Amino acid sequence: MKVSLFITCLCDIMSSDVGKDTVEILEKVGCEVDFPELQTCCGQPAYNSGYLKESKESMKQMMRAFKDSEYVVGPSGSCVAMLHEYPHIFKGDPEWEEAANDLAGKSYELTQFLVDVLGVTDVGSKFKGTVTYHPSCHMTRLLGVKDAPMTLLENVKGLEFVELPVKEDCCGFGGTFAVKNPVISEQMVQEKTEHVTETGAEYLVGGDMGCLMNIGGRMTRNGQPVKVLHIANILNQ
Amino acid sequence: MSIRIGTNSFEQRIQEGIKNDFMRGAVSSAQGRFRSGRLKAAEELGNWEDWRTLGEEIRNHTMENLDYYLQQLSDQVSKRGGNVFFAETAEEANEYIQNVIKNKNGKKVVKSKSMVTEEIGLNKALEEAGSEVVETDLGEWILQLDEDPPSHIVTPALHKNKEQIRETFAAKKGYDKTDKPEELALFAREQLRKDFLSADIGITGCNFAVAESGAVTLVTNEGNARLVTSLPDTQISVMGMERLVPTWEDLEVLVSLLTRSAVGQKLTSYVTSLTGTRLEDEVDGPEEFHLVIVDNGRSKILGTEFQSALHCIRCAACINACPVYRHVGGHSYGSIYPGPIGAVLTPLLDGYEDHKELPYASTLCAACTEACPVKIPLHEHLIRHRQIIVEKENKAPKGEKLAMKGFAKWGSSPAAYKMSTKMARTALKPWTKDEKIENGPGPMKGWTNVRDFPAPSKQSFRSWYKTRKKGDES
Repeated sequence: MKVSLFITCLCDIMSSDVGKDTVEILEKVGCEVDFPELQTCCGQPAYNSGYLKESKESMKQMMRAFKDSEYVVGPSGSCVAMLHEYPHIFKGDPEWEEAANDLAGKSYELTQFLVDVLGVTDVGSKFKGTVTYHPSCHMTRLLGVKDAPMTLLENVKGLEFVELPVKEDCCGFGGTFAVKNPVISEQMVQEKTEHVTETGAEYLVGGDMGCLMNIGGRMTRNGQPVKVLHIANILNQ
Repeated sequence: MSIRIGTNSFEQRIQEGIKNDFMRGAVSSAQGRFRSGRLKAAEELGNWEDWRTLGEEIRNHTMENLDYYLQQLSDQVSKRGGNVFFAETAEEANEYIQNVIKNKNGKKVVKSKSMVTEEIGLNKALEEAGSEVVETDLGEWILQLDEDPPSHIVTPALHKNKEQIRETFAAKKGYDKTDKPEELALFAREQLRKDFLSADIGITGCNFAVAESGAVTLVTNEGNARLVTSLPDTQISVMGMERLVPTWEDLEVLVSLLTRSAVGQKLTSYVTSLTGTRLEDEVDGPEEFHLVIVDNGRSKILGTEFQSALHCIRCAACINACPVYRHVGGHSYGSIYPGPIGAVLTPLLDGYEDHKELPYASTLCAACTEACPVKIPLHEHLIRHRQIIVEKENKAPKGEKLAMKGFAKWGSSPAAYKMSTKMARTALKPWTKDEKIENGPGPMKGWTNVRDFPAPSKQSFRSWYKTRKKGDES
């Protein structure tokens, strides 16, 4: 099966290891992975801030980049959920509507693709440690991916799982919200880090780098020793 | 009082809210109770998503045919001896009600809880016209005594604790007992009973009016609305023009959704439907009934992309699910409609000028949209507001606009984008120490003031991929 990696700008720049792990996991389960180099950002930072016109420029580039792909898979619920918004955004646009529908229809978040498309529930990884999981808002509520990450984590050998209290609450990232409303964001992320500490877990795992950078950044600021990993990091162990 | 509360800036209000530890504790535990109650009640009912879809369909159908159902409602109320007044503005509504009271030579008004009367500033208008107005919902009464605005649309005094309530009762009503909730409630009952008996005008809100019968339905837990509507000779009900259902069957669906979503109850203690005036062979009901239907900006929302905001049944599920609300409290929104629905409705009803920060007071986590029993896409409306603030109202900060112009160029140019992936680490090097940035430059400060920013990867994904590909080929 041919899969195009949607790296997401955040992983491209900030966490290249997540991209590497994603490629290796997909190959391990038998996919042929390519990386369309014309891809940029899904447009979400501008779109969510109200800059529709500006965000569309980036979205069009994404549609151009992935036009020949069979499947598009990315290690982020939030960025993939943004691709799924394209059909609404370009509805009635004679030039882009079809491409928007096409991209949304073939785009998947990594765990969603593994479990729901490939039917893979065990990628054969091993991980020693206590892990808690933060289900990101966009992955669960906008993309509707709730069970796939849990299914995969359950099958990681050696991994001890502890549930995160009030896990469905937002961590306070919210893209530009974290910078625009730092005072509120601080309270939200602080509460999240307290819940993480309550679990006693050694590792906090998630499927969205934005949230993980936010929670992880607050934990290092607080001097909390919990390590932060993307789910791809765990699944490629 | 009108929609807007207080004169402080958004930043001041947020700071005040966050510093108020007591309020935050109270809000947090109440949210926890409401949320688990809502989820449990939904589960007990079963097929919750089907109920939500049905609720959405009823609301959508009603809004699409609002003119027809308002006419039907008006005809039915008139047929049953009531008077209907369509008020285009808050002033028109207040003036009409003042005149009704004046014509009846009314002195004392008892009120049951109503957000629309808060919205139009009715109490102030009536007091200025010489009426004595007494709120009879316990939460509203506490706030009235304390001259404090509501911080929640269902439980208006959510931000107060029993000690504060005892102090208010002592200072304003000479209360001299403890802060035990039972004693406080008993005192309120004794005080309010006198008001019920001596009032000549009763004013209520309206959870839903039933178009096919002209009935006004009130959903309460304290029973005060029954006294307000059965003791005084004159009853005035005030409703937002969207607060109606076509039929009794539709009412059943929406009341089921409302009580479960609001407080996790299958049904509240009292659900009262009142139809018209007292007939000759009836033992109770008012001699005179007036239904005031308030537009106050609602008709301008009809037919726009925000129309579904009018579907709101004021259950506050979105408020109870909102993590931003939990930390800042209701007063931080500067509107009598707080939380996600407040951030959507307030700029629509009262303009962007005083409320332009509200649509940004959300992480777009969509907990509100998920909780809404009639499926209002609240977080999508917040994005639409942001688009209007940027594109039509021109109220976005200049620096942000410039940055977003840069974003468009960056996102549409693979070459520029690729360059940035290569340069990011070097560009941030002056601020990087031990693989993290603790004190970032310019707009990054918002981030680094409260948390660390990681250093970009040593090797960008792209360069790794390129090297790997070469390795494969060789």
